[in-house]
Amino acid sequence: MSENTQLEIEEQNFLEEDICVKENLVFDRTQALTDVEMHYCPGCGHGVAHRIIMEVVDEMGIQDKTIGVAPVGCSVFAYNYMNIDMQEAAHGRASAVATGIKRVLPDKFVFSYQGDGDLAAIGTGETVHTVNRGENILIVFINNAVYGMTSGQMAPTTLEGMVTTTSPYGRDPKIMGYPLKIADLIAPLPGAYYVTRQAVNNAGNVRKAKKAIQKSFEYQKLNKGLCFVEIVSNCPSNWKMTPVESNKFVEEKLFPFYPLGDIKVPKEIK
Amino acid sequence: MPEVRLMKGNEALAEAAIRAGCDAYFGYPITPQSEVLEYLSREVPKKSNMVVLQAESEIASINMIYGAAGAGKRAMTTSSSPGISLMQEGLSYIASAELPCLVVNVNRGGPGLGTIQPAQGDYFQATKGGGHGDYKLIVLAPSSVQEMADHVRLGFEFADKYRNPVMILSDGAIGQMMEKVELFDQLPRDMVKKPWATTGKAKNRERNIITSLHIDPYDMEKINLRLQEKYKQIMENEVRYQSFQIDDVEYLLVAYGLSARICQKVVEIGREKGIKLGLIRPITLFPFPWNIIRSVSERVKGILDVELNSGQMVEDVRLAVEGRAQVKFYGRMGGVIPSPEEIFENFEKEFLKGEAL
Ligand SMILES: Cc1ncc(C[n+]2csc(CCOP(=O)(O)OP(=O)(O)O)c2C)c(N)n1
Ligand code: SF4
Repeated sequence: MSENTQLEIEEQNFLEEDICVKENLVFDRTQALTDVEMHYCPGCGHGVAHRIIMEVVDEMGIQDKTIGVAPVGCSVFAYNYMNIDMQEAAHGRASAVATGIKRVLPDKFVFSYQGDGDLAAIGTGETVHTVNRGENILIVFINNAVYGMTSGQMAPTTLEGMVTTTSPYGRDPKIMGYPLKIADLIAPLPGAYYVTRQAVNNAGNVRKAKKAIQKSFEYQKLNKGLCFVEIVSNCPSNWKMTPVESNKFVEEKLFPFYPLGDIKVPKEIK
Repeated sequence: MPEVRLMKGNEALAEAAIRAGCDAYFGYPITPQSEVLEYLSREVPKKSNMVVLQAESEIASINMIYGAAGAGKRAMTTSSSPGISLMQEGLSYIASAELPCLVVNVNRGGPGLGTIQPAQGDYFQATKGGGHGDYKLIVLAPSSVQEMADHVRLGFEFADKYRNPVMILSDGAIGQMMEKVELFDQLPRDMVKKPWATTGKAKNRERNIITSLHIDPYDMEKINLRLQEKYKQIMENEVRYQSFQIDDVEYLLVAYGLSARICQKVVEIGREKGIKLGLIRPITLFPFPWNIIRSVSERVKGILDVELNSGQMVEDVRLAVEGRAQVKFYGRMGGVIPSPEEIFENFEKEFLKGEAL
């Protein structure tokens, strides 16, 4: 570290102490998150997604009534960060586990949190049938177009031509199949009550994504059936990009193929 | 007065599930056990709010069990061999997360899609782990319709006592046959307090987490050691078996489930001919009744293990006997059921070798 940067940091610390006084605080730690450092890579969307779910849990005052299901994927340790009762499911089976919980505890709020490999490859069967049964739960689907945890293999959601460790020359649909828009696939099912695609790449989108999660929990309270919130996210580490570059990729490449917005909204509120 | 009914094994088991205070059943149709799901789908809505759900696969069933058991409820599923194979990953997770639940395998002939006829080819899968990693199921082997009912209650008791998955390893014959069964009275639901369950984080406690992930190898080893300690306790405390005519036994038969029923007849045939046959029937396959078999093996001329497979439990018998007696095996596979006479003939061939009777 050069002396200059050292100096800059010291200056910053000084400033922070000065600014971070009670009167100035407009943002508090989310109570329903535990007070530990997350293991996610810098710039990864998982952390933000965790936070907005737990903010909603806080704001609705349902921390004691909410049970989450973590997948196998980078967010396998979600239970270390979400300060609620949680179960960690086998790879792909989170929605079946959530079904088991919700069926025996119908008055509790239940959600699963799943990556694209988990939800749209190995767990496609469970996903489709959980939605089709109209289970009264929320599925949060983090679509980062790769397998994060296993270090960047092709996911069902990987874009055409996108380079991953198992599509090193770019995804060729003739050999590897086409990217799967699972949210569009499940939306027509009668069991799906609310299906939306959101993102957490900027403050505005974070607010919208949070709103979608809040709506989903409100619907769950009213026993409306299955809510599905896709979050188009990033994986800077495996995309081999800086966080800023990865956000650019999200906007320029992922959004055109996975457009943001509601895919299915409840009839009565349309 | 307990209620006595004439029932199919599978139906007795289903009725026992309701009476044992089971909160949730998840299952997928497969012969020869579909009657369980059918019976529960028909009977439960008439009298209880127990959850009965036909899942989209056995993989889904076992993971629904994981969720429901993790939420502190009595949960069970039933299937037959191919379906049980699909559940193995889930069972490994359940064993590791120490979730009490009941899984029933109405064993049919295999491997592969096999046949729908009764077999015992899943003994290894049931007793040696089945899925990945070092874990054990507690395995009960009913040999009558009565036990199909009783083992449900016992199975849930074991599951809750040890926070361990329990398997009832039955077969197509026991599941399909009709017999008189004395049904135990309805037990209340939610009998067992489960403070570890994910029921929503109450203000006055830490959050509850159900997981089988322990990324630090030393933590993972600790979990393994704890599990092994639990299995040791189970081996010390819960062995169950039934014996027939072993006081003066000269030749011992060892068999479980359906083959034990046949072997009871073999003992009679032998005794009529003046041969002192006896039988030990393991009721718990894990924990296996090593001690009794070991002690009887010291005073017999030979042991014949009989199974509806190529010889699986016989390995445990040999481990128990440790060379103290000659252990032979007779079995049929693929859903073929040997007659008592056929088994007796083979016993004669193995041990009496033309000796004048
Ligand atoms: C049965 C099984 N197969 C494979 C794996 C290995 N595995 C762990 S995570 C994962 C993919 C995770 O990718 P994704 O669901 O997209 O989540 P992300 O890590 O990107 O958040 C795979 C294949 C496993 N744990 N279990
Ligand atoms: S590997 Fe990718 S998905 Fe996983 S934490 Fe890092 S950036 Fe996030």
